[in-house]
Amino acid sequence: MPQIDQIAETLSSQVFWLLVFFGLTFLVVGLGMVPKVMGTVDLRDQQIAGDLAAAQAARDEATAQEDAWRKRENANRAAAQGVIGEAKAKAAAANAAKLAETQARLDERLAQAETAIAAARNSAMAEIEDVAADAARDIVARVAGADVEPAAAQAAVKEVMAHG
Amino acid sequence: MAAAVQAVEAAEAGKVDPMKQFTIEPLLGSDWQLSDGINIAFTNSALWMAITAVLVWVFVAGGMKRQLVPGRWQMAVESMTGFIDDLLEANVGKAGRKYVPYIFTLFMFILFGNLLGLVPVGLIPGIHAFTFTSHFTATGVLAIMSFSIVLIVGFWKHGFHFFSLFWPSNTPAFLALPISLIEFVSFMVRPFSLALRLFVAMMAGHVLLKVLASFVIAGGGAGPALGAAIGIPSFVLMVAISALEILVAGIQAYVFALLTSLYINDAENLH
Repeated sequence: MPQIDQIAETLSSQVFWLLVFFGLTFLVVGLGMVPKVMGTVDLRDQQIAGDLAAAQAARDEATAQEDAWRKRENANRAAAQGVIGEAKAKAAAANAAKLAETQARLDERLAQAETAIAAARNSAMAEIEDVAADAARDIVARVAGADVEPAAAQAAVKEVMAHG
Repeated sequence: MAAAVQAVEAAEAGKVDPMKQFTIEPLLGSDWQLSDGINIAFTNSALWMAITAVLVWVFVAGGMKRQLVPGRWQMAVESMTGFIDDLLEANVGKAGRKYVPYIFTLFMFILFGNLLGLVPVGLIPGIHAFTFTSHFTATGVLAIMSFSIVLIVGFWKHGFHFFSLFWPSNTPAFLALPISLIEFVSFMVRPFSLALRLFVAMMAGHVLLKVLASFVIAGGGAGPALGAAIGIPSFVLMVAISALEILVAGIQAYVFALLTSLYINDAENLH
Protein backbone atom coordinates (compact mmCIF):
# COMPACT_ATOMS: atom_id res chain seq x y z
CA MET A 1 0.00 0.00 0.00
CA PRO A 2 1.86 3.12 -1.20
CA GLN A 3 -0.07 5.22 1.31
CA ILE A 4 1.88 3.47 4.08
CA ASP A 5 5.02 2.44 2.20
CA GLN A 6 5.76 6.00 1.09
CA ILE A 7 4.58 7.81 4.19
CA ALA A 8 8.03 8.69 5.46
CA GLU A 9 9.20 10.36 2.26
CA THR A 10 5.88 11.94 1.17
CA LEU A 11 4.18 13.04 4.39
CA SER A 12 5.78 16.50 4.51
CA SER A 13 5.14 17.12 0.83
CA GLN A 14 1.51 15.94 1.08
CA VAL A 15 0.78 18.09 4.13
CA PHE A 16 2.60 21.10 2.71
CA TRP A 17 0.93 21.12 -0.69
CA LEU A 18 -2.50 20.30 0.69
CA LEU A 19 -2.21 23.22 3.10
CA VAL A 20 -1.00 25.44 0.25
CA PHE A 21 -3.77 24.56 -2.20
CA PHE A 22 -6.55 24.15 0.34
CA GLY A 23 -5.44 27.39 1.97
CA LEU A 24 -5.40 29.21 -1.35
CA THR A 25 -8.83 27.85 -2.20
CA PHE A 26 -10.11 28.84 1.23
CA LEU A 27 -8.69 32.37 0.98
CA VAL A 28 -9.63 33.07 -2.64
CA VAL A 29 -12.84 31.10 -3.05
CA GLY A 30 -14.11 30.58 0.50
CA LEU A 31 -13.37 34.02 1.94
CA GLY A 32 -13.23 36.02 -1.30
CA MET A 33 -16.01 34.69 -3.48
CA VAL A 34 -18.50 32.73 -1.40
CA PRO A 35 -19.64 35.75 0.69
CA LYS A 36 -20.24 37.67 -2.55
CA VAL A 37 -22.25 34.83 -4.04
CA MET A 38 -24.28 34.56 -0.84
CA GLY A 39 -24.61 38.33 -0.80
CA THR A 40 -26.10 38.18 -4.29
CA VAL A 41 -28.55 35.54 -3.13
CA ASP A 42 -29.46 37.59 -0.05
CA LEU A 43 -29.85 40.70 -2.18
CA ARG A 44 -32.14 38.83 -4.53
CA ASP A 45 -34.15 37.38 -1.65
CA GLN A 46 -34.48 40.84 -0.17
CA GLN A 47 -35.54 42.30 -3.49
CA ILE A 48 -38.09 39.54 -3.99
CA ALA A 49 -39.38 40.04 -0.45
CA GLY A 50 -39.53 43.80 -1.04
CA ASP A 51 -41.34 43.38 -4.34
CA LEU A 52 -43.78 40.97 -2.76
CA ALA A 53 -44.38 43.38 0.12
CA ALA A 54 -44.90 46.25 -2.32
CA ALA A 55 -47.31 44.13 -4.36
CA GLN A 56 -49.15 43.18 -1.17
CA ALA A 57 -49.33 46.82 -0.13
CA ALA A 58 -50.63 47.84 -3.56
CA ARG A 59 -53.18 45.09 -3.39
CA ASP A 60 -54.30 46.14 0.10
CA GLU A 61 -54.51 49.74 -1.11
CA ALA A 62 -56.61 48.69 -4.10
CA THR A 63 -58.88 46.64 -1.84
CA ALA A 64 -59.27 49.56 0.55
CA GLN A 65 -60.08 51.91 -2.33
CA GLU A 66 -62.55 49.47 -3.73
CA ASP A 67 -64.20 49.18 -0.33
CA ALA A 68 -64.35 52.94 0.00
CA TRP A 69 -65.77 53.23 -3.50
CA ARG A 70 -68.32 50.54 -2.77
CA LYS A 71 -69.33 52.29 0.46
CA ARG A 72 -69.69 55.57 -1.38
CA GLU A 73 -71.58 53.89 -4.18
CA ASN A 74 -73.90 52.20 -1.70
CA ALA A 75 -74.51 55.51 0.06
CA ASN A 76 -75.24 57.21 -3.28
CA ARG A 77 -77.56 54.42 -4.27
CA ALA A 78 -79.34 54.61 -0.91
CA ALA A 79 -79.68 58.39 -1.28
CA ALA A 80 -81.06 57.98 -4.81
CA GLN A 81 -83.48 55.34 -3.56
CA GLY A 82 -84.56 57.78 -0.85
CA VAL A 83 -85.16 60.57 -3.35
CA ILE A 84 -87.09 58.23 -5.62
CA GLY A 85 -89.16 56.94 -2.70
CA GLU A 86 -89.90 60.43 -1.53
CA ALA A 87 -90.94 61.52 -5.00
CA LYS A 88 -93.08 58.41 -5.32
CA ALA A 89 -94.72 59.04 -1.97
CA LYS A 90 -95.35 62.68 -2.84
CA ALA A 91 -96.82 61.75 -6.21
CA ALA A 92 -98.96 59.05 -4.59
CA ALA A 93 -100.20 61.49 -1.94
CA ALA A 94 -101.02 64.10 -4.59
CA ASN A 95 -102.82 61.49 -6.67
CA ALA A 96 -104.74 60.27 -3.67
CA ALA A 97 -105.77 63.83 -2.74
CA LYS A 98 -106.86 64.59 -6.29
CA LEU A 99 -108.76 61.30 -6.49
CA ALA A 100 -110.47 61.97 -3.18
CA GLU A 101 -111.45 65.46 -4.29
CA THR A 102 -112.79 64.20 -7.59
CA GLN A 103 -114.56 61.42 -5.80
CA ALA A 104 -116.12 63.88 -3.41
CA ARG A 105 -117.25 66.10 -6.29
CA LEU A 106 -118.61 63.13 -8.16
CA ASP A 107 -120.38 61.88 -5.04
CA GLU A 108 -121.87 65.30 -4.52
CA ARG A 109 -123.08 65.54 -8.10
CA LEU A 110 -124.41 62.00 -7.89
CA ALA A 111 -126.26 62.84 -4.71
CA GLN A 112 -127.68 66.03 -6.31
CA ALA A 113 -128.71 64.11 -9.38
CA GLU A 114 -130.32 61.41 -7.29
CA THR A 115 -132.17 64.04 -5.26
CA ALA A 116 -133.31 65.73 -8.46
CA ILE A 117 -134.42 62.40 -9.88
CA ALA A 118 -136.26 61.57 -6.68
CA ALA A 119 -137.95 64.99 -6.67
CA ALA A 120 -138.88 64.65 -10.31
CA ARG A 121 -140.25 61.18 -9.66
CA ASN A 122 -142.25 62.41 -6.68
CA SER A 123 -143.76 65.31 -8.62
CA ALA A 124 -144.40 62.99 -11.52
CA MET A 125 -146.07 60.52 -9.15
CA ALA A 126 -148.24 63.30 -7.71
CA GLU A 127 -149.24 64.41 -11.17
CA ILE A 128 -150.03 60.84 -12.13
CA GLU A 129 -152.18 60.48 -8.98
CA ASP A 130 -154.03 63.71 -9.81
CA VAL A 131 -154.52 62.60 -13.42
CA ALA A 132 -155.60 59.13 -12.23
CA ALA A 133 -158.00 60.63 -9.70
CA ASP A 134 -159.50 62.94 -12.33
CA ALA A 135 -159.74 60.02 -14.72
CA ALA A 136 -161.31 57.88 -12.02
CA ARG A 137 -163.91 60.58 -11.27
CA ASP A 138 -164.69 60.97 -14.99
CA ILE A 139 -165.01 57.21 -15.38
CA VAL A 140 -167.21 56.94 -12.32
CA ALA A 141 -169.32 59.94 -13.48
CA ARG A 142 -169.75 58.44 -16.91
CA VAL A 143 -170.31 54.85 -15.89
CA ALA A 144 -172.27 55.28 -12.65
CA GLY A 145 -173.38 58.83 -13.04
CA ALA A 146 -172.26 59.44 -9.54
CA ASP A 147 -170.30 62.39 -8.62
CA VAL A 148 -167.33 61.37 -6.48
CA GLU A 149 -165.60 63.75 -4.23
CA PRO A 150 -162.11 64.53 -5.51
CA ALA A 151 -160.67 63.62 -2.13
CA ALA A 152 -162.35 60.19 -2.18
CA ALA A 153 -161.12 59.57 -5.70
CA GLN A 154 -157.63 60.57 -4.70
CA ALA A 155 -157.73 58.21 -1.71
CA ALA A 156 -158.95 55.35 -3.82
CA VAL A 157 -156.21 55.97 -6.43
CA LYS A 158 -153.63 56.13 -3.68
CA GLU A 159 -154.79 52.82 -2.22
CA VAL A 160 -154.73 51.09 -5.60
CA MET A 161 -151.28 52.50 -6.46
CA ALA A 162 -149.99 51.54 -3.10
CA HIS A 163 -151.13 47.96 -3.77
CA GLY A 164 -149.53 48.20 -7.18
CA MET B 1 -10.93 3.66 -18.24
CA ALA B 2 -7.95 5.17 -16.51
CA ALA B 3 -7.83 2.02 -14.52
CA ALA B 4 -7.78 -0.08 -17.67
CA VAL B 5 -4.87 1.80 -19.18
CA GLN B 6 -2.88 1.62 -16.00
CA ALA B 7 -3.70 -2.03 -15.73
CA VAL B 8 -2.46 -2.54 -19.27
CA GLU B 9 0.82 -0.90 -18.37
CA ALA B 10 1.03 -2.91 -15.22
CA ALA B 11 0.28 -6.05 -17.21
CA GLU B 12 2.97 -5.10 -19.70
CA ALA B 13 5.34 -4.73 -16.82
CA GLY B 14 4.55 -8.31 -15.99
CA LYS B 15 2.15 -7.81 -13.10
CA VAL B 16 -1.17 -6.11 -12.44
CA ASP B 17 -0.75 -4.08 -9.29
CA PRO B 18 -4.04 -2.47 -8.19
CA MET B 19 -2.11 -0.38 -5.67
CA LYS B 20 0.23 1.21 -8.16
CA GLN B 21 -2.30 3.98 -8.85
CA PHE B 22 -1.73 5.32 -5.36
CA THR B 23 2.01 5.74 -5.81
CA ILE B 24 3.23 9.26 -5.24
CA GLU B 25 5.91 10.37 -7.68
CA PRO B 26 7.79 13.64 -7.54
CA LEU B 27 7.23 15.71 -10.67
CA LEU B 28 9.26 18.79 -9.81
CA GLY B 29 11.87 19.70 -7.26
CA SER B 30 12.41 16.31 -5.71
CA ASP B 31 15.11 17.95 -3.59
CA TRP B 32 13.01 20.94 -2.45
CA GLN B 33 13.16 21.22 1.29
CA LEU B 34 11.23 23.43 3.66
CA SER B 35 13.98 23.03 6.19
CA ASP B 36 16.54 20.33 6.70
CA GLY B 37 14.97 16.95 6.09
CA ILE B 38 11.46 18.22 5.34
CA ASN B 39 10.93 17.38 1.69
CA ILE B 40 8.29 19.30 -0.22
CA ALA B 41 8.71 17.92 -3.72
CA PHE B 42 5.89 18.87 -6.09
CA THR B 43 4.36 15.42 -6.63
CA ASN B 44 1.56 14.09 -8.81
CA SER B 45 -0.58 14.30 -5.70
CA ALA B 46 0.23 18.02 -5.35
CA LEU B 47 -0.51 18.50 -9.05
CA TRP B 48 -4.03 17.09 -8.66
CA MET B 49 -4.56 19.21 -5.55
CA ALA B 50 -3.59 22.21 -7.68
CA ILE B 51 -5.95 21.15 -10.48
CA THR B 52 -8.71 20.73 -7.90
CA ALA B 53 -8.03 24.18 -6.45
CA VAL B 54 -8.07 25.76 -9.93
CA LEU B 55 -11.28 23.98 -10.94
CA VAL B 56 -13.04 24.99 -7.72
CA TRP B 57 -11.94 28.55 -8.38
CA VAL B 58 -13.11 28.38 -12.03
CA PHE B 59 -16.44 26.90 -10.97
CA VAL B 60 -17.15 29.58 -8.37
CA ALA B 61 -15.71 32.39 -10.52
CA GLY B 62 -18.20 31.43 -13.24
CA GLY B 63 -21.00 32.21 -10.83
CA MET B 64 -19.72 35.65 -9.85
CA LYS B 65 -21.72 37.64 -12.40
CA ARG B 66 -23.99 38.68 -9.53
CA GLN B 67 -26.99 38.99 -11.81
CA LEU B 68 -30.38 39.53 -10.30
CA VAL B 69 -31.81 36.86 -12.56
CA PRO B 70 -29.11 34.16 -12.48
CA GLY B 71 -27.87 32.25 -15.50
CA ARG B 72 -27.33 28.50 -15.38
CA TRP B 73 -23.77 28.63 -14.06
CA GLN B 74 -24.57 31.28 -11.47
CA MET B 75 -27.57 29.18 -10.47
CA ALA B 76 -25.32 26.12 -10.03
CA VAL B 77 -22.82 28.03 -7.86
CA GLU B 78 -25.59 29.64 -5.81
CA SER B 79 -27.26 26.28 -5.25
CA MET B 80 -23.93 24.90 -3.94
CA THR B 81 -23.41 27.79 -1.52
CA GLY B 82 -27.08 27.60 -0.61
CA PHE B 83 -26.70 23.86 0.03
CA ILE B 84 -23.82 24.44 2.46
CA ASP B 85 -25.62 27.40 4.01
CA ASP B 86 -28.72 25.26 4.61
CA LEU B 87 -26.56 22.43 5.99
CA LEU B 88 -25.00 24.75 8.57
CA GLU B 89 -28.29 26.47 9.30
CA ALA B 90 -29.90 23.09 10.01
CA ASN B 91 -27.04 21.70 12.12
CA VAL B 92 -25.57 24.73 13.85
CA GLY B 93 -28.25 27.40 13.48
CA LYS B 94 -27.81 31.10 12.82
CA ALA B 95 -24.28 31.02 14.23
CA GLY B 96 -23.37 28.50 11.52
CA ARG B 97 -23.25 31.13 8.82
CA LYS B 98 -19.70 32.21 9.62
CA TYR B 99 -18.46 28.68 8.88
CA VAL B 100 -19.88 28.64 5.35
CA PRO B 101 -16.59 29.70 3.69
CA TYR B 102 -14.67 26.87 5.40
CA ILE B 103 -17.30 24.15 4.96
CA PHE B 104 -17.93 25.23 1.38
CA THR B 105 -14.21 25.09 0.57
CA LEU B 106 -13.90 21.74 2.34
CA PHE B 107 -16.89 20.26 0.52
CA MET B 108 -15.93 21.53 -2.92
CA PHE B 109 -12.27 20.60 -2.48
CA ILE B 110 -13.09 17.03 -1.49
CA LEU B 111 -15.87 16.70 -4.07
CA PHE B 112 -13.72 17.93 -6.94
CA GLY B 113 -10.75 15.87 -5.73
CA ASN B 114 -12.91 12.73 -5.59
CA LEU B 115 -14.51 13.34 -8.98
CA LEU B 116 -11.24 14.24 -10.70
CA GLY B 117 -9.85 10.85 -9.71
CA LEU B 118 -12.68 9.25 -11.68
CA VAL B 119 -12.13 11.25 -14.86
CA PRO B 120 -10.73 8.82 -17.46
CA VAL B 121 -7.72 10.96 -18.32
CA GLY B 122 -5.72 7.72 -18.41
CA LEU B 123 -7.00 7.30 -21.96
CA ILE B 124 -4.38 9.90 -22.92
CA PRO B 125 -1.03 8.05 -22.95
CA GLY B 126 1.37 9.08 -20.25
CA ILE B 127 -1.20 10.79 -18.05
CA HIS B 128 -2.39 9.13 -14.88
CA ALA B 129 -5.35 10.21 -12.82
CA PHE B 130 -4.57 10.52 -9.15
CA THR B 131 -7.05 10.76 -6.32
CA PHE B 132 -5.37 12.66 -3.51
CA THR B 133 -8.34 11.90 -1.24
CA SER B 134 -7.27 8.24 -1.33
CA HIS B 135 -4.29 9.16 0.85
CA PHE B 136 -4.78 9.42 4.56
CA THR B 137 -1.97 11.93 4.69
CA ALA B 138 -4.25 14.30 2.73
CA THR B 139 -7.56 13.38 4.36
CA GLY B 140 -5.81 13.45 7.74
CA VAL B 141 -4.80 17.07 7.25
CA LEU B 142 -8.37 17.98 6.35
CA ALA B 143 -9.71 16.08 9.36
CA ILE B 144 -7.19 17.68 11.73
CA MET B 145 -8.15 21.11 10.38
CA SER B 146 -11.84 20.44 11.09
CA PHE B 147 -11.03 19.00 14.50
CA SER B 148 -8.81 21.98 15.33
CA ILE B 149 -11.60 24.37 14.43
CA VAL B 150 -13.90 22.50 16.81
CA LEU B 151 -11.31 22.67 19.61
CA ILE B 152 -10.46 26.32 19.01
CA VAL B 153 -14.10 27.43 18.80
CA GLY B 154 -15.04 25.28 21.78
CA PHE B 155 -12.34 26.57 24.10
CA TRP B 156 -12.63 30.13 22.75
CA LYS B 157 -16.36 30.31 23.39
CA HIS B 158 -16.71 28.19 26.51
CA GLY B 159 -13.25 28.03 28.06
CA PHE B 160 -12.79 25.07 30.39
CA HIS B 161 -16.54 24.67 30.47
CA PHE B 162 -16.08 23.00 27.05
CA PHE B 163 -15.01 19.90 28.98
CA SER B 164 -18.66 19.48 30.02
CA LEU B 165 -19.09 18.11 26.48
CA PHE B 166 -17.84 14.84 28.00
CA TRP B 167 -20.47 14.89 30.71
CA PRO B 168 -23.94 14.65 29.17
CA SER B 169 -26.53 16.54 31.19
CA ASN B 170 -28.54 14.58 33.78
CA THR B 171 -25.87 11.90 34.09
CA PRO B 172 -25.99 10.24 37.53
CA ALA B 173 -22.82 10.91 39.48
CA PHE B 174 -21.73 7.27 39.72
CA LEU B 175 -21.88 7.01 35.90
CA ALA B 176 -20.00 10.26 35.35
CA LEU B 177 -16.54 8.73 35.19
CA PRO B 178 -17.21 5.85 32.77
CA ILE B 179 -19.47 7.97 30.55
CA SER B 180 -17.05 10.88 30.37
CA LEU B 181 -14.30 8.39 29.51
CA ILE B 182 -16.40 6.96 26.69
CA GLU B 183 -17.35 10.44 25.51
CA PHE B 184 -13.72 11.52 25.59
CA VAL B 185 -12.61 8.52 23.54
CA SER B 186 -15.40 9.01 21.00
CA PHE B 187 -14.46 12.69 20.78
CA MET B 188 -10.79 11.93 20.22
CA VAL B 189 -11.65 9.31 17.59
CA ARG B 190 -13.44 11.90 15.47
CA PRO B 191 -10.48 13.13 13.40
CA PHE B 192 -9.41 9.55 12.71
CA SER B 193 -12.89 8.45 11.67
CA LEU B 194 -13.24 11.54 9.47
CA ALA B 195 -9.92 10.95 7.73
CA LEU B 196 -10.17 7.17 7.46
CA ARG B 197 -13.77 7.14 6.18
CA LEU B 198 -12.93 9.30 3.17
CA PHE B 199 -9.57 7.63 2.51
CA VAL B 200 -10.98 4.10 2.73
CA ALA B 201 -14.06 4.85 0.61
CA MET B 202 -12.00 6.40 -2.16
CA MET B 203 -9.25 3.78 -2.06
CA ALA B 204 -11.65 0.83 -2.00
CA GLY B 205 -13.53 1.99 -5.09
CA HIS B 206 -10.35 2.57 -7.06
CA VAL B 207 -8.85 -0.76 -6.02
CA LEU B 208 -12.06 -2.53 -7.00
CA LEU B 209 -12.05 -0.87 -10.42
CA LYS B 210 -8.40 -1.81 -10.90
CA VAL B 211 -8.98 -5.43 -9.87
CA LEU B 212 -11.87 -5.74 -12.30
CA ALA B 213 -9.73 -4.14 -14.99
CA SER B 214 -7.06 -6.75 -14.34
CA PHE B 215 -9.77 -9.42 -14.81
CA VAL B 216 -10.56 -7.93 -18.22
CA ILE B 217 -6.86 -7.97 -19.17
CA ALA B 218 -6.27 -11.47 -17.83
CA GLY B 219 -9.43 -12.76 -19.53
CA GLY B 220 -8.35 -11.24 -22.83
CA GLY B 221 -5.00 -12.92 -22.49
CA ALA B 222 -6.61 -16.33 -21.89
CA GLY B 223 -8.22 -16.58 -25.31
CA PRO B 224 -11.44 -15.33 -26.95
CA ALA B 225 -13.90 -17.67 -25.21
CA LEU B 226 -12.63 -17.12 -21.70
CA GLY B 227 -12.05 -13.46 -22.49
CA ALA B 228 -15.72 -13.00 -23.42
CA ALA B 229 -16.91 -15.03 -20.44
CA ILE B 230 -14.81 -13.14 -17.87
CA GLY B 231 -13.94 -9.88 -19.59
CA ILE B 232 -17.40 -8.72 -20.66
CA PRO B 233 -19.14 -9.19 -17.27
CA SER B 234 -16.16 -7.62 -15.53
CA PHE B 235 -16.27 -4.66 -17.88
CA VAL B 236 -20.03 -4.21 -17.38
CA LEU B 237 -19.45 -4.34 -13.64
CA MET B 238 -16.70 -1.73 -13.99
CA VAL B 239 -19.11 0.62 -15.74
CA ALA B 240 -21.70 0.11 -13.00
CA ILE B 241 -19.13 0.56 -10.24
CA SER B 242 -17.81 3.71 -11.93
CA ALA B 243 -21.34 5.12 -11.69
CA LEU B 244 -21.47 4.05 -8.05
CA GLU B 245 -18.10 5.69 -7.44
CA ILE B 246 -19.43 9.00 -8.75
CA LEU B 247 -22.19 8.70 -6.18
CA VAL B 248 -19.68 7.76 -3.47
CA ALA B 249 -17.53 10.75 -4.43
CA GLY B 250 -20.46 13.07 -3.73
CA ILE B 251 -21.62 11.23 -0.62
CA GLN B 252 -18.18 11.16 0.99
CA ALA B 253 -17.69 14.88 0.38
CA TYR B 254 -21.13 15.49 1.86
CA VAL B 255 -20.48 13.25 4.85
CA PHE B 256 -17.19 15.01 5.57
CA ALA B 257 -18.88 18.43 5.43
CA LEU B 258 -21.90 17.19 7.41
CA LEU B 259 -19.84 15.63 10.21
CA THR B 260 -17.61 18.69 10.41
CA SER B 261 -20.67 20.89 10.79
CA LEU B 262 -22.08 18.53 13.45
CA TYR B 263 -18.80 18.68 15.38
CA ILE B 264 -18.77 22.47 15.05
CA ASN B 265 -22.30 22.45 16.45
CA ASP B 266 -20.96 20.74 19.60
CA ALA B 267 -18.47 23.55 20.05
CA GLU B 268 -20.83 26.37 19.06
CA ASN B 269 -23.89 25.25 21.00
CA LEU B 270 -22.52 23.42 24.02
CA HIS B 271 -25.37 21.79 25.90
